[in-house]
Amino acid sequence: MGGLHANRTRLILVAIVVLLACALPFVLSSYRVFQFNLVMVYAIVLLGLNMLTGFNGQISLGHGAFYAIGAYVAAVLMDHWGIPYWLTVPAAGVVCFVAGFLFGLPALRLHGHYLALATFALGISMPQILKYKGLEEWTGGVQGIVIVKPQAPFGLNISQDQWLYLFTLIVALLMFWLAWNLLRGRVGRAMVAIRDHPIAAEAMGIDVAAVKTLTFGVSALYAGVGGALGAIVVQFVAPDSFVALVSITFLIGIVIGGLASISGVIYGALFIQFVPNIADDISKAAPWAVYGLFLLAFIFLAPGGVAGFMRALWAKLVSIRARKRQRAQTLES
Amino acid sequence: MLSNHNFKTLILAAFVGAVLTGCGEQKRYDQGVSDDEIKIGSTNPYSGPASAYGTIGRAETAYFDMINEQGGINGRKINFISLDDGYSPPRTVEQIRKLVEEEKVLFLAGTLGTPTNSAIHKYVNAKGVPHIFVNTGATKWGDPQNFPWTMGFNLSYRNESKIYAQYILDNKPDAKIAILYQNDDYGKDYVHGLKNGLGDNADTMIVAEASYEVTDPTIDSQIISLRASGADTFYNVTTPKFAAQAIRKANDIGWKPLHLLNNVSTSVGTVLEPAGLEKSVGLITALYLKDPVDPQWADNADMKAYTEWFNKYMPDGNINDVFNVNGYIIASGVARVLEACGDDLRRENIMKQMASIKNLQVPMMLPGIKWNTSTEDFFLIESAQLARFDGKEWALFGDVIGN
Repeated sequence: MGGLHANRTRLILVAIVVLLACALPFVLSSYRVFQFNLVMVYAIVLLGLNMLTGFNGQISLGHGAFYAIGAYVAAVLMDHWGIPYWLTVPAAGVVCFVAGFLFGLPALRLHGHYLALATFALGISMPQILKYKGLEEWTGGVQGIVIVKPQAPFGLNISQDQWLYLFTLIVALLMFWLAWNLLRGRVGRAMVAIRDHPIAAEAMGIDVAAVKTLTFGVSALYAGVGGALGAIVVQFVAPDSFVALVSITFLIGIVIGGLASISGVIYGALFIQFVPNIADDISKAAPWAVYGLFLLAFIFLAPGGVAGFMRALWAKLVSIRARKRQRAQTLES
Repeated sequence: MLSNHNFKTLILAAFVGAVLTGCGEQKRYDQGVSDDEIKIGSTNPYSGPASAYGTIGRAETAYFDMINEQGGINGRKINFISLDDGYSPPRTVEQIRKLVEEEKVLFLAGTLGTPTNSAIHKYVNAKGVPHIFVNTGATKWGDPQNFPWTMGFNLSYRNESKIYAQYILDNKPDAKIAILYQNDDYGKDYVHGLKNGLGDNADTMIVAEASYEVTDPTIDSQIISLRASGADTFYNVTTPKFAAQAIRKANDIGWKPLHLLNNVSTSVGTVLEPAGLEKSVGLITALYLKDPVDPQWADNADMKAYTEWFNKYMPDGNINDVFNVNGYIIASGVARVLEACGDDLRRENIMKQMASIKNLQVPMMLPGIKWNTSTEDFFLIESAQLARFDGKEWALFGDVIGN
């Protein structure tokens, strides 16, 4: 009974968040809409990375590379072949899934820190690969590619920013729903089992290699979808947009938000979107020192990530209520 | 009966009154302006890989602090909002949108970096926001036909190259040229410019070209192969670290070409000293700013005013850093344009004033290097003066070259 009750409250909470998200573009200025649009883009990427790192225990310091591939796939498809923007999003996802899957194959032999370093190599080399002369015809080299902003379809009377936001929201909801289904099912349990005890997982009959590679591929797919959406929202891709720091920022996002938490990626995305701006407001001389202070504060105050902090808060609230009800019942009797 | 004197006074009063009311009518503002404030936006990399440029934004802010303390421009204080973009194009887009849509600045000035400005190029032109004193040397910021709201600041890499080409054609018409360049748009702009400047002679005069990646640890092998080409002229298009390596290596292997070094790497402190001052003797470059380190300006009035400003408004800064001069000049340029605008502070008038600068000599620019623009010519600085390194300082020689 209690479980059912908790499930219903969770459902109501999710519904409220979704409704708020839908209302957002109609109450905020278009600049804020653009910012929250980026938050959703980051949330999608973080969700993919959290599957890999939080749920499956594989550390990636190179997800910025898949984010870049997704962005470039979208940009090149639109710029060279005039493909509509909404088709480039699944295309970017598929390309990144294949790329992630292929990268996952050899990377499987690597564990822990070694995998982290291998992915870091990918992340750090990506900006230069994008500048490579042989690819310049498509990538535009250091100059990058400028993307035209899409208009709202079906004669909808809303601004481009509002439409892009709603478009991203639809994709984000779909991606969250897929992730939720994947993670609470058989595959999700297998992923967690491999993270917690790979040998036991194998003894139980889980195909560790298959699940790990698949997770890598799906995780890259999420990064690619995010990358494509990010490129459309920002309207520009260039190698300098995808420096190695982007990968680190994503890792910061999932740790701050809460490892192995779906809702946590939203907090993480809010962090990576807004904290650098706050840091810049506080100090022009040392914005990164301020950023570092924020990071330390979050780690000390919410060691389980913001999601863990919220969960603890919620549990406290529920237990207080339960105790009150119990007391009321004893009084009655 | 009115005396002659009174009559004159009356006429004068009427005239003054007319002028005053006329002025009242002429007060025309776009967003970001009021009777006592003008809002200006900018982005700079205060953090991230290019944060060495951050001091430029601080210098600009410090300059406007001085202007405001002196009462502002035409009675209006300057509210200069300079935001950090970390040299990341997506963040530039975000910050510029914040400046234009939230802060509602009148215009943007001194936004720094080629990739970062590329990301906002279309946006600002679609919105009709003046995007002036763009702080990069790429050539694309002077395209009034397609981007009427954007105008660059620095001497463009191509125009600088043309100055070197002219020098070679005039002084060494049978030169055999070897080129070393960084493999990106900055390097390619320089190579393009030189070839353009040499015209039909380019194919016969250029005997070797080598490039390097900004991530390469060294460029020794490129120098060796360039020397092997038999070139007697070395066109060195490198950023500071590589410039120092190239100067030293060429010297160490006994290669003594006519050595033309691009303006990017002329800092005595960060390039020539590490390379070795005695090894740098004879280098030729094109200059257009006064370097605070250069002893020849020690008693110059501009430099004294600069030093005074620096000590008062940037006490924590490094006075030897020539980047501060860049920020100082940009901010003083903005101030001059605003003075010229008077009370007509509409965006189109900002661009109109930007495009009608005639022979303007700005403090801290080398003597004789004047700013000129027109509705077809969106390049602010188009001339420079050649200088030869004498072991201690850059000795200017010849006339100011360029338009």
